[in-house]
Amino acid sequence: MLFFSYFKDLVGREVTVELKNDLAIRGTLHSVDQYLNIKLENTRVVDQDKYPHMLSVRNCFIRGSVVRYVQLPPEGVDVELLHDATRREARGG
Amino acid sequence: MSWAGPEDIYLSTSLASYLDKKLLILLRDGRKLMGTLRSFDQFANAVLEGACERVVVGDLYCDIPLGLYVIRGENVVLIGELDMEREELPPHMTRVPTEEILRAQKAERDASDLKGTMRKRMEFLDMD
Repeated sequence: MLFFSYFKDLVGREVTVELKNDLAIRGTLHSVDQYLNIKLENTRVVDQDKYPHMLSVRNCFIRGSVVRYVQLPPEGVDVELLHDATRREARGG
Repeated sequence: MSWAGPEDIYLSTSLASYLDKKLLILLRDGRKLMGTLRSFDQFANAVLEGACERVVVGDLYCDIPLGLYVIRGENVVLIGELDMEREELPPHMTRVPTEEILRAQKAERDASDLKGTMRKRMEFLDMD
């Protein structure tokens, strides 16, 4: 559940989600669930010309299973905190 | 989480906030379906009423009506809420009849198939 908690802390931040079909979408993280399904708001597709059908999509739900990367804002990573959480998770606590 | 109560569906990833809305569903095979979401579950299985497939080839597009569709969740890539206020497609795109888009789609597929076979044959040259 570490990554679920981690993504929950990122709600409200601007992220770029790159999908397995190479579609990259930038938007505000609205919510995330235990499957790492993601809802984005105020979305725009990075390569707009290649995906004209996405022009009128403002909010979207992305199925967790099709996500390749989530690009985060640099200030969205607290390495110390993440280390501690990882150790705690590894201990089974 | 998917079964969040009615008061927090707008805060969760639940698709409940998309119910009865006009949506665009991207599938894993690249197809784009449009329609009204009538039902869903935790796997993103979805029922689309008045579904149609939007076929886009270059600057041409067409909406092919399909009817009532049940989509198995594993094929879903993305579910997008269609903003009716905005233009659906860039102005330079033109709507064409079904037969024409199917012809254009086939031509495009044949061209990419040909490119694939050419590349395969030339692979020994180790070109980039």
